[in-house]
Amino acid sequence: MQFLFRYANPHNFMRLSGAVLPFTAIATVLCIATALYLGFSAPPDYQQGRTVLIMFIHVPAATAAMNVYGAIAVCSLLSLVWRHPLSDTAARAAAPLGALFTALGLVTGSLWGKPMWGTYWVWDARLTSFLLLLFIYLGYMALWNAIEDEVRAARAAAILALVGAVNIPVIYFSVQWWSTLHQGEGIISGGTAPVFLWPLLLMMTGYMLLFLTLWMVGIRTAILQRRARNLMQAAGR
Amino acid sequence: MKPFATLLLRDIKLAARSGGGAALALSFFALVATLVPLGVGPDLRLLARMAGGILWVAAVLAALLSLDRLFQGDFEDGSLEVIALSPLPLELTALAKIAAHWFSTGLPLALLSPLLALLFNLAPPATLILFVSLLIGTPAVSAVGAIGASLTLSLKRGGLILPLIILPLLSPVVIFGAGAVALSLDGLSPGNALGLLAAFAFAAMLLSPFAAAASVRLNLGS
Repeated sequence: MQFLFRYANPHNFMRLSGAVLPFTAIATVLCIATALYLGFSAPPDYQQGRTVLIMFIHVPAATAAMNVYGAIAVCSLLSLVWRHPLSDTAARAAAPLGALFTALGLVTGSLWGKPMWGTYWVWDARLTSFLLLLFIYLGYMALWNAIEDEVRAARAAAILALVGAVNIPVIYFSVQWWSTLHQGEGIISGGTAPVFLWPLLLMMTGYMLLFLTLWMVGIRTAILQRRARNLMQAAGR
Repeated sequence: MKPFATLLLRDIKLAARSGGGAALALSFFALVATLVPLGVGPDLRLLARMAGGILWVAAVLAALLSLDRLFQGDFEDGSLEVIALSPLPLELTALAKIAAHWFSTGLPLALLSPLLALLFNLAPPATLILFVSLLIGTPAVSAVGAIGASLTLSLKRGGLILPLIILPLLSPVVIFGAGAVALSLDGLSPGNALGLLAAFAFAAMLLSPFAAAASVRLNLGS
């Protein structure tokens, strides 16, 4: 807790994130570039052929989308319970990134589905629950934008994020129940060969580093915007 | 208990006497159910197969119609602040409002559903399951909807954003409710689906008053 609150001060946060940012950016580029090289040099899968490459951008996007929601939920809890002042800004900055990862996961998934399943979309448990996750992200962002008073918007969004965090596992479970009721179409299972596993793990790390970098940039931008607005208001007086 | 009952009765009376809340929701419910055959064709076998899903979706949408007014009327004329000052905890206030919304929307929708199921040629046992599932599931719609209604309380046009927030959270209700009807059509026991639906509804009624009360509090600025 102590550690978390030391960087609740925007000034401290700006200093720390400014120092860390170049390193995470470089690490992101290195991770993703290496993963891409390893991925492209891996042999084609015996069943999926070259389309297995889509996996390297699809699976990390999907895991990132869920991790980002987790980050938003933790930030919301911090903001509601301990009134951590920076966590609202952090939650707000993370939401568009999470929505983007979710959309990327859906698009790449359906591009992979066309050659593999013969259709862009199947109402499979994972696809459906991800589509719902995208809508939850959109609703969360819409609520943020709709309420003008910043403090109220932050607390309302935090409540919604926590309600969503309780509900998302239930939605996932119920969609799974529903899809077995309708006989699931395509279930991908089985182990992953090491030639594919290494690039995949590297890519996941790269995606999370990318999120971390963009998240910090987003929070920094929000802080700078607030400072600029305060300065303008002071000058106006 | 007395303030709770007073508030509940007051809200039911208000819903019944001002603008005919239940009648509007029921007409909307019936209208959506009428439009679907116009869209997909009059094949009764197909319609019977789809009836559970269509009526469930229509019922959820119809219940949404009146949700944005759940707290807003009282918020605008200031009575919500008076209610918040009463000895009744805000959580119980929210629960009373949820119950009033169910009595004036969910219950009438469930009662009308057998008639609409008749138009869709749904088999009698499945119609019974549809009725029971609506009876069990619509309280969850009111409860989860109350969270959305309280979050969008201060918005002038909250009615537009409310469905976007609430509908994804309500997907389990539609899945289990329509799933129970589908199971019964296939000659399987719908007990499993109804049980899960009841579990979701109980959890929603238990937890959502807390979330709704918290967001009412933030909108009252206390």
